[in-house]
Amino acid sequence: MNLNVVKKSPWILHYDGTSCNGCDIEVLACLTPLYDVERFGIINTGNPKHADILLITGSVNEQNIPVVKQLYEQMPEPKAVVAVGICATSGGIFAECYNVAGGVDKVIPVDVYVPGCAARPESIIDGVVKALDILAEKKKAMPKKRIGEK
Amino acid sequence: MGNRTIVPFGPQHPVLPEPIHLDLVLEDETVVEAIPRIGYIHRGLEKLVEKRDYQQYCYVAERICGICSFMHGMGYCMSIERIMDVEVPERGEFLRTIWAELSRLHSHLLWLGLLADAFGFESLFMQSWKLREQVLDIFEETTGGRVIFSVCDIGGVRKDISSETLMKIRTVLTEMEKELKETTSVFINDTTVKLRTKGVGVLTKQMAFDLGAVGPMARASGIEMDMRTQGYSAYGKLDFKPITNDGGDCYARTRVRIKEMFQSIDLIRQCIDKIPGGDINVKVKGTPNGEQFIRLEQPRGEVVYYTKANGTKFLDRVRVRTPTFANLPALLETLKNCSLADVPILILTIDPCISCTER
Repeated sequence: MNLNVVKKSPWILHYDGTSCNGCDIEVLACLTPLYDVERFGIINTGNPKHADILLITGSVNEQNIPVVKQLYEQMPEPKAVVAVGICATSGGIFAECYNVAGGVDKVIPVDVYVPGCAARPESIIDGVVKALDILAEKKKAMPKKRIGEK
Repeated sequence: MGNRTIVPFGPQHPVLPEPIHLDLVLEDETVVEAIPRIGYIHRGLEKLVEKRDYQQYCYVAERICGICSFMHGMGYCMSIERIMDVEVPERGEFLRTIWAELSRLHSHLLWLGLLADAFGFESLFMQSWKLREQVLDIFEETTGGRVIFSVCDIGGVRKDISSETLMKIRTVLTEMEKELKETTSVFINDTTVKLRTKGVGVLTKQMAFDLGAVGPMARASGIEMDMRTQGYSAYGKLDFKPITNDGGDCYARTRVRIKEMFQSIDLIRQCIDKIPGGDINVKVKGTPNGEQFIRLEQPRGEVVYYTKANGTKFLDRVRVRTPTFANLPALLETLKNCSLADVPILILTIDPCISCTER
């Protein structure tokens, strides 16, 4: 494989909204030997301050809206958000449940939507690769600052 | 006595794929009390039964949890079948059992991986998940899905497995058994693993009984309790015994789950040997009327399904009592007087499935 394709090895932060676990285990499956994205330096980190891409599975509800917002705010710029699975996109099969507020884009801006119930690891990886381009664009758009400058 | 500190654990934590929040009250490094706060994944899908008719609800029931998805669908279908007096053809029952045992196998492998990850044994985590992919390949070949199959239906199953595929599953499992022996021997014999799991989080038989623990948690404390012995589906025609261990600690629970994986492989083999020909499902007509109570053995323990129908397309009530919920009191009890470093292992040792618990 031509490694020039990989412009950056993003670190991923995964948060489970109200997902049924299906997408979560597929996100983890991306990191394990069959798909193994770790060989490109993509690591699932637990710390939002180290993360470039936020993967959210499942929709949002009253109780986790503050958590999602806080995680997003703690991530350094430039950052991208990938909504994994149909629940994170629109609420999916649970859209009509009383405790589901809807897709993740109700709370934070989403850059890439990955469809599927449960989303397949291939499409999750594809979503992250798309997010890489968005990250690069966001980085270009950021004003250049010197250290200590405000 | 040291100063008391409260350390928040979760909802977003590297060790947990799912959010649960615990306030750990610490005295120096020792946990004095753990105060849980759940509800991050609550969707309210029991209420959805009013908006989806009883056949559509199969799909919702399967999405209660993505790990034991098949068994949730199966439990719901069984309860409706009992209400409507539907007799599932024998081949359908055997196919259900095969998929259910494969689910148990993949769930336990997933758990072993997460446990290894919790005590920092990264390569063991990768090995377990590598083995798990073989089970997922079987799922993909037989049902079309990797995690959620939608193959269980009221009145039977939607897809048949051809005899060639069954033979193939047999060979795959035989190969896998060898690799499984190698990987699991690390969990049983490795000194560092033993240091982290032996004597940690001891739950005595009496405690497990009083706190209502279920599944491997209860069986590792010496309670012989396995819902499969009721003989639902095809289990009545298979030969097996519940696996128990008297240790009551994390090590015992690991051993019980490891033995259960080999037991699952054995049960699938028995199913492949004994599976009869014929139909895989029956047509279901009419609407259910009445109520029913079903108990199943999931990878995490006993799940209870209560369904109440009123003669229309829409059910009155579906209630699910999931195994993780039953195991939470036992978890909180074992967390007391443990060291802070052991908390991730103890939380994983009950094999938490929060999305089941909160629905």
